Amino acid sequence: MNRENAVEVKDLTRTFGSFVAVDRLTLEVGRGTVFGFLGPNGAGKSTTIRMLCGLLLPTSGEGRVAGLDVMTESEAIKRSIGYMSQKFSLYDDLTVEENIDFYAGLYSVPKDRRQERKAWVLEMAGLADKRRTLTRTLAGGWKQRLALGCAVQHEPPILFLDEPTSGVDPLSRRRFWDLIAQMARRGTTVFVTTHYMEEAEYCDELALIYRGKMIARGTPHEVKVLLPDDILEIRVERPFEALERLEASGLVREVALFGGALHAVVGEAGTGAPALARFLEEQGFVVEAIQPVPPSLEDVFVSLIELEDRRNPAGAEE
Amino acid sequence: MWERIYRMLVKEFIQVLRDSRMKALIFVMPVIQLIMFGYAVTTDVDHIRTALCDLDKSPQSMALIERFTGSGYFSLVESTDRPGRLGELLDRSQATLAIQINPGFADDLRAGRQAVIQTIVDGTDSNTGTVAMDYSLRITQAFSREVGAPVALAGLAQPGLAPIDLRTRAWFNPDLKSRYFNVPGVIAVILLLTSLLLTSMAVVREREIGTMEQLMVTPILPLELILGKTLPFALICLADVLAVTAVGVLWFHIPIYGSLWLLLAGAILYLMSTIGVGLFISTISHTQQQALMSSFFFYLPAVLLSGFMFPISNMPRAAQWLTYLNPLRYFLVIIRGIFLKGSGLEALWPQFAALAILGIALLSISSTRFQKRMA
Repeated sequence: MNRENAVEVKDLTRTFGSFVAVDRLTLEVGRGTVFGFLGPNGAGKSTTIRMLCGLLLPTSGEGRVAGLDVMTESEAIKRSIGYMSQKFSLYDDLTVEENIDFYAGLYSVPKDRRQERKAWVLEMAGLADKRRTLTRTLAGGWKQRLALGCAVQHEPPILFLDEPTSGVDPLSRRRFWDLIAQMARRGTTVFVTTHYMEEAEYCDELALIYRGKMIARGTPHEVKVLLPDDILEIRVERPFEALERLEASGLVREVALFGGALHAVVGEAGTGAPALARFLEEQGFVVEAIQPVPPSLEDVFVSLIELEDRRNPAGAEE
Repeated sequence: MWERIYRMLVKEFIQVLRDSRMKALIFVMPVIQLIMFGYAVTTDVDHIRTALCDLDKSPQSMALIERFTGSGYFSLVESTDRPGRLGELLDRSQATLAIQINPGFADDLRAGRQAVIQTIVDGTDSNTGTVAMDYSLRITQAFSREVGAPVALAGLAQPGLAPIDLRTRAWFNPDLKSRYFNVPGVIAVILLLTSLLLTSMAVVREREIGTMEQLMVTPILPLELILGKTLPFALICLADVLAVTAVGVLWFHIPIYGSLWLLLAGAILYLMSTIGVGLFISTISHTQQQALMSSFFFYLPAVLLSGFMFPISNMPRAAQWLTYLNPLRYFLVIIRGIFLKGSGLEALWPQFAALAILGIALLSISSTRFQKRMA
């Protein structure tokens, strides 16, 4: 085992009956990395995290978290990790302070550190003047930061976040990612799942998981160049009608509305752009502009997932 | 370890005391149940509604009627001269007992022949019916002894002129007050419901809101988690025992002849079983509604097959066997014994032993299932 890796997983598999939730997953996460684990709902993200946290026993394969075996040392793993899920698992009927004290006790935060850690959580979550407020009455962003604070009171070297930003407004999401970045700078490894593709940009490294299998891996930049196709941005009048015609034309692999423009996936921009322009003009559309654009992560993931579906059509019907 | 259990305890107490529904479940419901059983649900039979048709109208028949109305057990609802009217009153449930005295009653008595009066009882409520019949028989017997002539209730087998002087003495509850019997029983039933609901709901609620998952990624050990989710409710239920006992003794003047400490010890053993069942229900329920339904699914048969209202000896054999698995059955014997008979451990040890075995078994089964659900 490489001592630099916080998480190391080899052929990790989990089945529920005949359903394979996670299929022979292999990956490593280096210390101090923000590792983004992406994929659509039901892809196996949460199942993977739950196996790594010792909540779920793998069916087969190996896994090490902080150098400890997920099969046999899950109790020891629990002392070295923090975990927060999309449910922000706080007690609604306890006050902010009572929640902090409760988790401090469960995590056995040393008594002489408690005041300091509590002050840090309150500060970080922006709840210093709300310590006696019932958690129920807090807005989503505050709850989310409080849940994070509670989960890291014991200063774990590894932090698992399962869709930590779902249901939170964009500003709070930005603030949350700033906190994650701060923790990573201090050496915490952060393993985070999300289905917000724009959030993938905050990660040092990404893995895309789909139907239990990892289908892409790398830094955000590396992942973007994985896309074999080019993307054309087309500005045209009556974009809805143009979209329908293009879909029916067979000239594009994929076309979608992006703001007021269309994004079309073509094999190659050099030949694709003139062909599309000619087709649209023949159909009576006025094409204002047509030009290649760099793919967003979302484009890449959508294309990769479709590629996977074409390769393995049986699974797509599920 | 103790720190984590202590934190769980504090948390549960804060949650229970902050939740008005929970507070009602713990403090108001027991009192309401106790008052209900103490006052309303009484199986004592008095003021039996009686219809009368005296066709003899002699001083002797009047004297007999006087016996009935003066006893306090019967209240006259109607006096009629038309025998058919008695049937009407019974049919409409306006009377439970009908008495008909035929002409010639006084003549028979004077001649030393057996005088017969006709009584008809509405047997729909068999308990009241039996008691009414029994009272009538006793009154007639007393009357016949006094006048020195045999008086018979038509249709009833009974002793003749020289009736056996049967004197029954009820021990432990000399007035045979059903309240004395019911109130200790109610305490046992209240404990059952409270502990079942508190335990099963509290665990399932944590699962519903996701905090159970959060707890399980902390270094808390399964044993600590189980203790943290059961001890607080055991303590709350023991407080309930004291509160309800106090109301029973101070308000209803139920005597408590035995040791309060022994009662508490019995309650602890009993709670091990009921909390074990509550924990088990929490492992098979996904939502609080399911937990509620499952709790009642256990609660109702447990109450019916316990001897709380219906004597176990009257049940079919199969049901009698089932009662041996019912913790309430044993605790009822313990609590009634301690309250009414002043029984000690030397009399109650079989019940204590049964509860201990049942409690340990139920708690271990549930804890094992609980841990499996965690893994």
